[in-house]
Amino acid sequence: MADIDAGTLLFAAIFTNNILLTNFLGLCPFLSISREVRSSLGLGVAVVFVMTCTAVINYLVYYYVLVPLHLDHFRYIVFIIIIASFVQLVEISVERFFPALYFVLGIFLPLITVNCAILGASLFLIIREYTLIQSIAYGAGSGIGWMLAIIAVGSIREKLQKTARLPKGLEGPAITLFITGIMALAFMAFSGMIQIQ
Amino acid sequence: MLQLILSLIAISGIGALLALFLEIADSYIADYGESHILINNEKDLVVEGGSPLLSSLMENEIFIPSACGGKGTCSLCKLRVLAGGGPVLPTETPYLSKEELENDVRLSCQVKVRNDLKIEIPEELFKIKEFRVSIEKVIDLTDDIKSIQLKILTNEEGISFKPGQYVQLKVPKYEMTRESEYRAYSVASSSEASRDLELLITKVADGAVSTYVHDYMKEGEELTINGPYGEFYLQESDKDILLIATGSGLAPLLSILHQIEREKIGRKTTLFFGARTVKDLLYYDEVKDFETRLPDFTFMPTLSRPTEEDRWQGEKGRVTNLIEKYIPENAPLEVYICGSIVMVESCEDLLKKKGISEENIFYDKFE
Ligand SMILES: Cc1cc2nc3c(=O)[nH]c(=O)nc-3n(C[C@H](O)[C@H](O)[C@H](O)COP(=O)(O)OP(=O)(O)OC[C@H]3O[C@@H](n4cnc5c(N)ncnc54)[C@H](O)[C@@H]3O)c2cc1C
Ligand code: FES
Repeated sequence: MADIDAGTLLFAAIFTNNILLTNFLGLCPFLSISREVRSSLGLGVAVVFVMTCTAVINYLVYYYVLVPLHLDHFRYIVFIIIIASFVQLVEISVERFFPALYFVLGIFLPLITVNCAILGASLFLIIREYTLIQSIAYGAGSGIGWMLAIIAVGSIREKLQKTARLPKGLEGPAITLFITGIMALAFMAFSGMIQIQ
Repeated sequence: MLQLILSLIAISGIGALLALFLEIADSYIADYGESHILINNEKDLVVEGGSPLLSSLMENEIFIPSACGGKGTCSLCKLRVLAGGGPVLPTETPYLSKEELENDVRLSCQVKVRNDLKIEIPEELFKIKEFRVSIEKVIDLTDDIKSIQLKILTNEEGISFKPGQYVQLKVPKYEMTRESEYRAYSVASSSEASRDLELLITKVADGAVSTYVHDYMKEGEELTINGPYGEFYLQESDKDILLIATGSGLAPLLSILHQIEREKIGRKTTLFFGARTVKDLLYYDEVKDFETRLPDFTFMPTLSRPTEEDRWQGEKGRVTNLIEKYIPENAPLEVYICGSIVMVESCEDLLKKKGISEENIFYDKFE
């Protein structure tokens, strides 16, 4: 078990060990939805929420159902269906109670089901043997980190669209990978500052 | 062995539990119950909640104009929702002006019935009715335009419409769609033959309804239409008339030409019709024939890409070239344009540049 308090872990998950910029997880929605700040924010918020909740649920299911039954090798499939069901539940609730938000998030919510950062976070907290409190901090931190990264790239891309004249071949995903790469380089400088495992 | 059975049970158990949980959540959360819709402060409608306002009204035989089938792209389905509509959705804002927002105007296909609503529906929309029709005849006019002849089965009098107006054609669910879909199609036939309608339908690649019409529909089949809709019809004035169309945009103008003939309207009338090649000139002879039947009518087709075999002697280029060439500045004209968005918009721009004011330009954009 990592000997690290929840507050530090939260901070580490957001900045020094950003799941997107250091582990490169969740790149696919990241590349496709980061065209503008508005939708980046929408998807980001949804990811924070789903990641935090599924981290907790998966933690509980893993330690209180799978481990006692010696079924821990089934964690991938179990985690995936839990994430999928949870996303479904969030979707119908948001549609019912927050119609305006539903339309902002609408198409992004189902995308989260296959966001590998979410599965990644749940798996890391098992592998790194976090406690429940640490898991909550790590889930929330990873979500927030992912959100900040996509908003940053979203705003850069929005600015680029207005000001830069890119060569044809660099438009879209290409330039986004460049930007992400440069940001990831910057984040590399943080690596090792806080030991999180 | 025991472990195998145990894991099977456990994994299926978790799956079943989640499914059960979602099913319960769905029936509680997504059950909106019954809602009341109060229309124009007089009519009270009770509907099952959870569906868009547009389709709830349609189920109760109140037909609101819509060309996109409720996808939120045509903005024809605007209604005033005075109470219970909830916040204006991001899917609506692009289509609503500041004034409309202040007046509680909403896109009825986007507003979901979640609770009791108070709405306003213009009286004339109550005249719109639904009709069963049978497909009498389908004819290929060009490579991608078919003429569909329908007969109204519901009643003897048929449908009463103004030449230029459109109906909505509803086709059943088929391979390409998830539910029954409807789209707007202008009536091409004369308003006199109110039981026998003709529609001209262009095949749109991967288009839900047009593909059904072109590749699946059979003669003898029964479908439903509702209508009439639209503000695109001949205005009363003594200005010269300029009609402009491309492709199946000819449809409403044909109906208007029949009207001019029947009512012996003496106004000078010109039709600019744009096509690619001679093969794409649908109803060429029929339209040409109007020149002898109408008091003062000129038909001016123009081809953008005539081929060698076409031996085309007439005008070349797009309809906008004809406007450039033949329409003088500030001409005292009333213009009726019908066809693709791009064509309508470029004609409109050009006509405005020529000093023809907005009030004298009428159009139906087909998309
Ligand atoms: C007032 C009005 C009158 C109309 N009258 C006629 C008519 O007389 N004859 C006629 O053929 N059509 C007419 N239309 C267009 C018609 O309503 C449909 O939009 C069209 O047939 C496409 O429907 P679909 O279900 O086949 O395609 P959809 O499934 O709605 O669309 C499939 C794809 O094609 C694109 N698309 C949609 N419409 C067009 C188009 N017209 N051209 C190119 N791409 C398109 C869409 O953006 C979409 O990506 C009229 C439209 C309006 C608003
Ligand atoms: S039906 Fe087309 S926008 Fe509502």
